[in-house]
Amino acid sequence: MGDEVTVSTVAEAMYEMVKQYHGKKNLKAMDLTKAMIEKFGGDNCDKQLCKQAIRELIDSGRCTYSYVGGSYIVLPPT
Amino acid sequence: MAAKLRETPLIDELLKGPWPSFVKEIKKCAQNEKNERGSARSNDLLGVLERSYKETIGHWKHGGIVGVMGYGGGVIGRYNDLPEEFPNVAHFHTIRVNQPSGWFYTSDILRKLCDIWDKHGSGITNMHGSTGDIVFLGCATDDLEPTFADLTALGFDLGGSGSAVRTPSCCCGMARCEWACYDTMALTDDLTRTFQDELHRPAFPYKFKFKMSGCPNDCVASIARADMSIIGTWRDDIQIDQKAVADYASKLNLENDVISRCPTKCMSWDGKKLSIDNSNCVKCMHCINAMPKALAPGKDRGATILLGSKAPIIGGALLSSVIVPFLKIEPPYEDIKELAEAIWDLWAEHGKNRERVGEFIQRIGMGNFLEQIGLEPRPEMVINPRSNPYIFYDQDQE
Ligand code: SF4
Ligand code: SF4
Repeated sequence: MGDEVTVSTVAEAMYEMVKQYHGKKNLKAMDLTKAMIEKFGGDNCDKQLCKQAIRELIDSGRCTYSYVGGSYIVLPPT
Repeated sequence: MAAKLRETPLIDELLKGPWPSFVKEIKKCAQNEKNERGSARSNDLLGVLERSYKETIGHWKHGGIVGVMGYGGGVIGRYNDLPEEFPNVAHFHTIRVNQPSGWFYTSDILRKLCDIWDKHGSGITNMHGSTGDIVFLGCATDDLEPTFADLTALGFDLGGSGSAVRTPSCCCGMARCEWACYDTMALTDDLTRTFQDELHRPAFPYKFKFKMSGCPNDCVASIARADMSIIGTWRDDIQIDQKAVADYASKLNLENDVISRCPTKCMSWDGKKLSIDNSNCVKCMHCINAMPKALAPGKDRGATILLGSKAPIIGGALLSSVIVPFLKIEPPYEDIKELAEAIWDLWAEHGKNRERVGEFIQRIGMGNFLEQIGLEPRPEMVINPRSNPYIFYDQDQE
């Protein structure tokens, strides 16, 4: 059996993705969710887990929401 | 001492006339000696406005990264593109505050809300915004968190903005209105508390509004303005007090004012007795509104759930379509919550950016949509016979 995918694992992977796309493409919550389900597989990662991971990213201040004609998850301004 | 008011000959034109004027109110704020910072903001606001009237262009940019910690909505970032000229409104954000269900306040709470806003902001409010929120206009970025802290200490929370559930709103329902077919205020409060995540953490393609009206009079214009409209109705017979009808008959021309205006012509009056063919009543409320002492909605009450309206400023308005003809509306409202979650699940995954749920339904087709969320097509969903190509019957049903 593979390692369990935790909220923190998904949050970390989401954070890396937001960093990678920073300044190139704005990502919505659903973009991150779809990418994580694809990365970890539907059996290990679902929408609920992704929701919790986004909550962790936002509440820790590592990411923030922005509004540019839609709501996106971005890095906080430096 | 409040600064000298800016010269504003163009917008002063809006002071002329027998109507309330936002210019007059902003000028009052600009002269408020008890709120020096707020008065400076209001004065600069007058200056920007005058300049926009002169040049016929706006000087505001909106959006960006602005808000309070942990929230993805509730604050709409507004920045002025002339910050050197109007430094007091360089950032002039809008804060949406979740209003109480049915907009009931005590005068004490209203004073406290205004005190918070005088302390941290411009003092300018909009009671209420079109979604229903209390709107605080003109907050500097540094004042957002202190305003939020004071609001939460008073028991208030921010409302919704961005691609999220917007602050649910309702008519005054059973608090004041005898036509209410369900407790709109209780449902609004429950949905607001249940869907805190969906309200504060935007995860949808675009906004999603709930509006609750207690009867088909639809005083919050739910059918035109809400992605999910929950409109009170009944499924038994209209209650008739024949004696009261006779009283009306002595004052009104029943035939002209009531009977002939029934859209389905399902009423008749023989001079003594009013009869209604309830199977053909479409619950338009006309007769009840015309004779409120004689008629009332039936006793078996609930709501119709409709989906998909939007009222944009520029174009493309849509009215909601019926998806559940009748539902009993009782706590803990599991049916409504499950339905909303099924819709969000589908729309969040397949909707395009800035596509409202009504537009999404138009794109994928109502038949597909209903199948995906697990609802059976019903005759009540058909607006006009033969005009809805999205419902197909199996051969053996014909
Ligand atoms: S919508 Fe109906 S129940 Fe609500 S306030 Fe209006 S008339 Fe009354
Ligand atoms: S509610 Fe409207 S449709 Fe029904 S009986 Fe009265 S007027 Fe006719």
